[in-house]
Amino acid sequence: MKTHATAISTAQTDAAQTLRTGTTQAAERRPGTLPLPARRTKAGVAWLVPTLYIVFLMLPIYWLVNMSFKTNTEIMSGVSLFPQTPTLRNYMVIFSDPSWYKGYINSIIYVVLNTIIAVSVALPAAYAFSRYRFLGDKHLFFWLLTNRMAPPAVFALPFFQLYSAFGLIDTHIAVALAHCLFNVPLAVWILEGFMSGVPKEIDETAYIDGYSFPRFFVKIYIPLIASGIGVAAFFCFMFSWVELLIARTLTTTDAKPIAAIMTRTVSASGMDWGVLAAAGVLTIIPGALVIYFVRNYIAKGFALGRV
Amino acid sequence: MQKTWNNKAWFMVLPVLVLVAFSAVIPLMTVVNYSVQDTFGNNEFFWAGTEWFTEVLESARFWDALQRNLFFSGVILAIEIPLGIFIALNMPKKGLGVPFCLVFMALPLLIPWNVVGTIWQLLSRADIGLVGYSLARLGIPFNYASDPLHAWITVVVMDVWHWTSLVVLLAYAGLVSIPDSYYQATKIDGASRWAVFRYIQLPKLKRVLLIAVLLRFMDSFMIYTEPFVVTGGGPGSATTFLSIDLVKIAVGQFDLGPAAAMSIIYFLIVLLLSWVFYTVMTSSDAAN
Repeated sequence: MKTHATAISTAQTDAAQTLRTGTTQAAERRPGTLPLPARRTKAGVAWLVPTLYIVFLMLPIYWLVNMSFKTNTEIMSGVSLFPQTPTLRNYMVIFSDPSWYKGYINSIIYVVLNTIIAVSVALPAAYAFSRYRFLGDKHLFFWLLTNRMAPPAVFALPFFQLYSAFGLIDTHIAVALAHCLFNVPLAVWILEGFMSGVPKEIDETAYIDGYSFPRFFVKIYIPLIASGIGVAAFFCFMFSWVELLIARTLTTTDAKPIAAIMTRTVSASGMDWGVLAAAGVLTIIPGALVIYFVRNYIAKGFALGRV
Repeated sequence: MQKTWNNKAWFMVLPVLVLVAFSAVIPLMTVVNYSVQDTFGNNEFFWAGTEWFTEVLESARFWDALQRNLFFSGVILAIEIPLGIFIALNMPKKGLGVPFCLVFMALPLLIPWNVVGTIWQLLSRADIGLVGYSLARLGIPFNYASDPLHAWITVVVMDVWHWTSLVVLLAYAGLVSIPDSYYQATKIDGASRWAVFRYIQLPKLKRVLLIAVLLRFMDSFMIYTEPFVVTGGGPGSATTFLSIDLVKIAVGQFDLGPAAAMSIIYFLIVLLLSWVFYTVMTSSDAAN
């Protein structure tokens, strides 16, 4: 009885779908195949959930953008959904003051450095883990992952002392190296997943063809796992870009990240809310650009190459 | 994949080993060093044994922070994991909607953590924030700076906003990897939507969900920046989680001994709980 009812409702939605989408879909579907269950749910309801969720996600960001175009007097005088007297003054403050916009450049320098270091040391290691068994390999892999579980708060003070001893405080390379703590294990993990998906016969064929290992690795292997490298780089970029506790501890002026400079808006003369909001908006843009470029790999990347 | 035994592979792992040793082992050794020593300044250190460990383990402050943090992680997992799966199940599988959803959903993940705090501060303040102001107009005096419950609501909603997308994207990646033939089979059997979820989708999601639970647990247990920006650990110590407390002791009071001992206990708790999660989730897999 129940099956019968489902069959009827399926037939009804099918008919409705054919009506809505026209004849192409009906022609494409071979007789005997059935539609996916995702199509069985009413189209309106299925769209509602992601839409509501995106609205929830965008609302705070909208508020930030809204504030960044307001003058401080307007911000303090009450709440309005749109800037009544739109101003670019907040952005001008940031772009005309080197101590502001240099924070941006600093952030980008150490994030890029960190991504390059993490991915390039992780590549051979991930290859070793995906292709060979060696003494202590499983323990080593697990130990690497435990570093991802280390609270940054634990490392803040020892990092400061370590990098002071090497005279690296307030340099970009210090932050880039420190972020390797959590990014290298992650990069190894992601790349290992992608590399395990490449059949071993490819390596063997290349050796028979007379490729040396380095040449094979660069010419054949790296292009094969290019999307994996992209995903690993995306994750390294992401975690280095958003981290602040360690970055702030290791820098004073010359390499201070933009996110740490933002706290300057708290001053004796009161909060400069407008500039704070504008700086916040500007820190979102690089992330948004990176997501846009890797959008087709995001889903695969989150599966870490091996679902 | 059949792997060959080759100890020369160690050379390929060596760069990673050196780098992680430099950025993890040396600092960790410093921490261990401090945790068993006492100092009265002048760079003179004395052996203190387990004194700091006993001090930390006997302080009510540590246990309170631990309790708060465990409760927080529990709430976060209880909200974000089911919500994330629910949203992923309702996401479009193909068409223009897919990149649109992915780009917008991934956006909160790439916002610097203190900016996330700032955004929620700007949103929840009663004088200038959309939510705080609206609630005040509705007759609910919302003040996260003085009411512990309001502070908690703000911090939890902020974390849900910030991190649910990670669960959504992981679950979505797991869902799109399920072959169509599985669904066709359930169709022939006349399986209900719930049965499809329970017997097809959930088992297939197990692996990504393990990653999601582990990542969400670890990160919520180590949370520092976002609540620090919004509430500063207050009101009182209502939202003082372990990391906030640790930074207060280490950098604020410069009590190196207790801070180091606490760091080690903290790290061990994270490791232990992650191991428990891992074992529980993979052993139930083996039992099936």
